[in-house]
Amino acid sequence: MPEKPKLAIYWAASCGGCEIAVVNLHEKLLDVDAAFEFMFCPCLLDTKKKDIEALPDKSIAITLFNGAIRTGENEEMAQILRKKSQLLIAFGSCACEGCIPGLANLHSKKDIFKAVYLDNPTIDNPDGTVPSISNEVPEGTLTIPAFHEKVKTLGQVTEVDYFIPGCPPESHQIWNIVAAVVSGAQLPPLGSVIGGGCISVCDECERVKADKKIERFYRNFEITPEPEKCLLEQGLLCMGIATRDGCGAPCPQANMPCTGCYGPPEGVTDQGARMIAALGSILDIGDSKGKSEEEIAARVEALLDRIPDYAGTFYKYSLPGSIIGGKVDK
Amino acid sequence: MNRISIDPITRLEGHGKIDIFLNEEGDVANAYFQVPELRGFERFCVGRQAEEMPVITNRICGVCPEAHHMAATKALDALFAADPPPAAKKLRELFYSAFYVTDHTTHFYALGGPDFIMGPDAPPGERNILGVIRKVGLDIGRQVIECRARNHHVIKTVGGRSIHPVAGLPGGWSRPITESERDEIVGIAQKNIDFALFTLQVFEDLVLKNQAYVDLITADTYTHKTYYMGLVDGQNRVNFYDGTVRVVGPDGDERVRYPAKDYASHIAERVEPWTYLKYPYLKDVGWKGFVDGPESGVYAASPLSRLNVSDCMATPRAQEQYELFYETLGSGKVNGRYKPVHYRLATHWARLVELLYAAERMLELANDPEITSPDLRTVPGAVIGCGIGCVEAPRGTLTHHYEADERGVLTRVNMIVGTTNNYAPMTMSIKKAAQQIITKGKVVEEGMLNRIEMAFRLYDPCLSCATHAAVGRMPLSVNIRDLSGEIIRTVSRG
Repeated sequence: MPEKPKLAIYWAASCGGCEIAVVNLHEKLLDVDAAFEFMFCPCLLDTKKKDIEALPDKSIAITLFNGAIRTGENEEMAQILRKKSQLLIAFGSCACEGCIPGLANLHSKKDIFKAVYLDNPTIDNPDGTVPSISNEVPEGTLTIPAFHEKVKTLGQVTEVDYFIPGCPPESHQIWNIVAAVVSGAQLPPLGSVIGGGCISVCDECERVKADKKIERFYRNFEITPEPEKCLLEQGLLCMGIATRDGCGAPCPQANMPCTGCYGPPEGVTDQGARMIAALGSILDIGDSKGKSEEEIAARVEALLDRIPDYAGTFYKYSLPGSIIGGKVDK
Repeated sequence: MNRISIDPITRLEGHGKIDIFLNEEGDVANAYFQVPELRGFERFCVGRQAEEMPVITNRICGVCPEAHHMAATKALDALFAADPPPAAKKLRELFYSAFYVTDHTTHFYALGGPDFIMGPDAPPGERNILGVIRKVGLDIGRQVIECRARNHHVIKTVGGRSIHPVAGLPGGWSRPITESERDEIVGIAQKNIDFALFTLQVFEDLVLKNQAYVDLITADTYTHKTYYMGLVDGQNRVNFYDGTVRVVGPDGDERVRYPAKDYASHIAERVEPWTYLKYPYLKDVGWKGFVDGPESGVYAASPLSRLNVSDCMATPRAQEQYELFYETLGSGKVNGRYKPVHYRLATHWARLVELLYAAERMLELANDPEITSPDLRTVPGAVIGCGIGCVEAPRGTLTHHYEADERGVLTRVNMIVGTTNNYAPMTMSIKKAAQQIITKGKVVEEGMLNRIEMAFRLYDPCLSCATHAAVGRMPLSVNIRDLSGEIIRTVSRG
């Protein structure tokens, strides 16, 4: 029997939701198992790091790499797996764009350590101890990986062959890719986003859309939205307009706005900039006739004041991969 | 000094690593359980709009996003002083019950079960989910997959998505369910009860009827007399969704009981420089190191803990199992309630008692006439400054604490998550198992790996279920080093 192609799934700084999305293939998981030698468990790869290093280069057919690059260990494993894999796939929003862990780029490492280890309501740390990469204990030296100053995407530390979006990718999208690979179908050009659509979430959202004109933004708890009507038109900041389709729009169907986890649509580099541009064309600032520039600006500002967190709203899943990247300490 | 490294072990919010040090005599001098990962949610959630937290904190854990979603949503209820309508609370708990059924099922069959059902000395090749299936029949594998699938369907129906749900709002829930959805969920809950009873029967036949396994459960190697923590309702019954936090001592006496909002008066966290994870402990008892007993502030929060802090279960069949659990393990009643069981491997059984409770509770809620009510929101008023929410995650008591300005923008965030509660007990369990199986330098080879593995696996450290579903057992590699640090022997299993 010919050797089955090796499939690896590794996680870096992520939550495990990508693995659960794979497990949620349910009975189809057995088909995946039949088609691949399934090196499924991240700690399997981790444990056998030396064995992985000893493998000939490119001997793993496909590595689905999920998670952002937060620590030295994450980066090291990304480099090793790149070398050993024919196809290295950024699997899920963390690997593609940095996702929620990437919001940490709004803060310095020092500030993060301060909040976590020095200054919170339950902390007991009179000596001001914070973790460090090497520590002498009575019995010897203990090491932990370095915590980097910034979160990076997988593509920022190594070459990536394909990108699978979503936080996490929807299971039916994972299956589509597996089925395509197994059937020997022609894969798209390297560097493509696969496992998503080519347009926006609005295109697959069943809510009724009319002319968009926003007179006022509402926070999600301030109104009970009408059940059939576009949420953005009701003043809820729905990111569907600036987000790739492919998820099936489950959030708007549950009466909650899209928060953008599938990343920017095809051809768009920066999701937040896309959203801001879209809002610019649909904000209803009223009749500007006879109004001074200052009055118009004040009106726009009053509208936008209803959004107290631009970065967390427009770049919730995409900050490290965006054109703004994060806050820079001077 | 000789040194044994297990790097990494399976997942505790991501990554874990154990270092065991031997003294000159070849006995275990100390064991360190390191967590080499931090993401920093407590800082980067500051500046976010408070109502985003159910969606942001989902991403702490993709295995139990439902628990973070719920703790966050309850913290928002408090932050906005918005008490949800009764139907919203019931719908949330229905959602949460479905989550418990799928999570406990996965742990038992894919992670804890293989060790337990096959036994620690079974050949490694059999000690996995496939071995379990061979032993108890092919039907089981299919049943486990179907159980996970039907409950994830409920999670998606009620919560909006099957992973990282979205329906939680301050003062409510975004999506009602229809009558036909309710009917479907009733059917699923009934199947869950049958499945839980079947699973308890499997446990009885394969474990309880085998004296060797019962001896293993009650062995000193896996016994720790610590404090226990868990949420209880007004009648001191186990509750996953709501209640007050009750802490009992090793003797079973109530040490403290507090509403979630007072958590910081009772819990403190210790920082060690060699790990990114903090060690929580009971503040008024104090930190005395990694030791048992009433003088040490170490507590556990787990399925076993929840049973130990409760007087009984809230559903009839789970109550029968609860009594069987304590009677079988030799715990008599004092002042009307059972004394705590300290055998940590009994956590697997406690988890199955909870599985049955979750299934029974799910059916009660699905049959509740109010469950399809569209009245699911209390529109909040102004932010009151501070909101604290607490639920029982499958792996322990989960607390979210938010402070916000008048715009509802977060100014401070603190969280004590399920697995973290058990960091000290897990460290102790690893050390004790190592001490008893490595003496005078003599190493029990394969058995050593598995017995150390079992010592922390019983706590169900986060992500266990996902990573082991296909592999079935945890690969380990232990390096034994001489005094110069050179590896003299490697014991491995992969």
